[in-house]
Amino acid sequence: MPTTHRYRRRVLWGLAALLLLTVGGAVFSGRYPAPFWMSPRLLLEDPLARQIVLNLRLPRILAALLLGMTLAGAGTVFQMIFHNPLVEPGFLGVSQGAAFGAALSIVAWNAAGPGIQLSAAVCGFAGLLLSGSLARRIRYGGWTLRLVLAGIAVSALFSAGVGILKYVADPLTQLPELVFWILGALWSISWPKALSILPVTLAALGFLLLMRWRLNLLALDDATAFSLGAAPARERMALLVAAVAATAAVVSISGVVGWIGLITPHLARRLLGADAQTALPGALLIGGAFAVFCDTLARTMLPGEIPLGILASLIGATVFIALMIFQPNIKDAR
Amino acid sequence: MSPLAISIADLHFRYDGRAAALFDNLSLEIPPGSVTAVLGPNGAGKSTLLHLILGLLTPTQGDVQLGGRPRRSYSRREVGKLVGLVAQEEAIPFNFTVQEYVLLGRAPHLDLLATPRPTDLAIARQALARVGAADMAGRSIQTLSGGERQLVLLARVIAQAPRILLLDEPTAHLDLGNKERVLGLVREMVAEGVTALFTTHEPDLAAALADAVVLVRDGKIIAAGALNAVFTSENLSQTYGIPVHVYQVEGRHITLTASF
Repeated sequence: MPTTHRYRRRVLWGLAALLLLTVGGAVFSGRYPAPFWMSPRLLLEDPLARQIVLNLRLPRILAALLLGMTLAGAGTVFQMIFHNPLVEPGFLGVSQGAAFGAALSIVAWNAAGPGIQLSAAVCGFAGLLLSGSLARRIRYGGWTLRLVLAGIAVSALFSAGVGILKYVADPLTQLPELVFWILGALWSISWPKALSILPVTLAALGFLLLMRWRLNLLALDDATAFSLGAAPARERMALLVAAVAATAAVVSISGVVGWIGLITPHLARRLLGADAQTALPGALLIGGAFAVFCDTLARTMLPGEIPLGILASLIGATVFIALMIFQPNIKDAR
Repeated sequence: MSPLAISIADLHFRYDGRAAALFDNLSLEIPPGSVTAVLGPNGAGKSTLLHLILGLLTPTQGDVQLGGRPRRSYSRREVGKLVGLVAQEEAIPFNFTVQEYVLLGRAPHLDLLATPRPTDLAIARQALARVGAADMAGRSIQTLSGGERQLVLLARVIAQAPRILLLDEPTAHLDLGNKERVLGLVREMVAEGVTALFTTHEPDLAAALADAVVLVRDGKIIAAGALNAVFTSENLSQTYGIPVHVYQVEGRHITLTASF
């Protein structure tokens, strides 16, 4: 278990360098002018290359960065405040709610772009509110257990709703868009879209970073956290609202992308230890690099786009399995 | 540091969803700078009493006074500075190092968004040294034995520097050596001006450590007061519902039941 301050700082700098390298690599990766790699010199010589980098790749990289950082930050917060290393930002009905909102707008109103985004964000929040109010009405178990149960139930309801909408969607016009959205992708990202989520995600991530040491306190049981001067329910709710607002914002432009929010907190804790003072910034850096890497593969590997959600799940699940296999004691994976 | 008294006057408390009140007209005085043991059978309300004093549970009527001031008049952070709790079987779900965990004891002394200062780190290290666990600072808290873990919990509460210390069965599952170490530390804290209140299922432990005893059964106080006045066969028998005999041997109280 790494403990020294200097070691952790070095790891954080290493992760920051990895993120920069990934972003740099993503700028020059793609299918123009030929598959995989574009010479940086082309930026000076070829106006089309410049256009592609400035107007297609950069907003997409920014969106992937925000997506990865948000899911990683929210995942760390969720796992710590729910004392459960197996939860991720999508639970509590946020992801399935957003998926339902997007599907509804596509099928019921033939919506596009901002319409889908708005409907996804509204339904993502509705998922959280439904989970919260249902949890308040459950008459047994602690608050955490009640929220988890309510989240599972609300997610299942929205998931059934998405299934119904898939069933009734026009197979030629609506279904492909719907399926692509549910699988998660950043192919439609433009500067306005990427910038539209910037204020919410930056504000939320800034808040989470400011609360990073406090997060350790809120990971303790209620009685101990309370005895140490915290107001556990209120402070956890503030963190939850920030994490969910940012998650709903990114999911509204990317669709449902799983695994990043689950796997990156584990990786960060493995590298940096459990203290959220360093584990949270570490998770943000890993999440950002991971999402940018997956999205670069998604738009580079094949002439057509591979949905980001598929790649993130494929790579994320593989990393997760590797973490579990090469971990003699499950407790240390926390 | 002057010790604080705890006063409870006419307190009522009922758990949500339960028809009957657990505490009805409960009144209790815990003298400043004393060590008070709360004894009673399972479900008597011992832990609930600690949680009411801390403010984790809110009385349906009446209030708790800490140092002559209603607990409600203190902010959350002020209560954090005044009252420390070593909970019964505290779950620590993540793999914090011992030092990271003990440092959390400094939370009430820090602003909401602050991170620990070098002085906090020094206090946490002193607390660890005081419980004899300085060499465990870098170890994962999940690898500690029961005894080591209890010492680390005490180090966290020492770093918190409260004036009232609440301990919920602090020596449950500890071997004799660790029990002695924990009790010694509690005695030291009391000598420095802390008022301590602890629950236990061991009457002999209560007699060895406490100046005062509160006997509770079904939310009712059977007897409360100085050890010598309250720790009688009659009171203990009434509290536990079985015959309990108290003997004085060389100035110490020893209890015996029919089987033990």
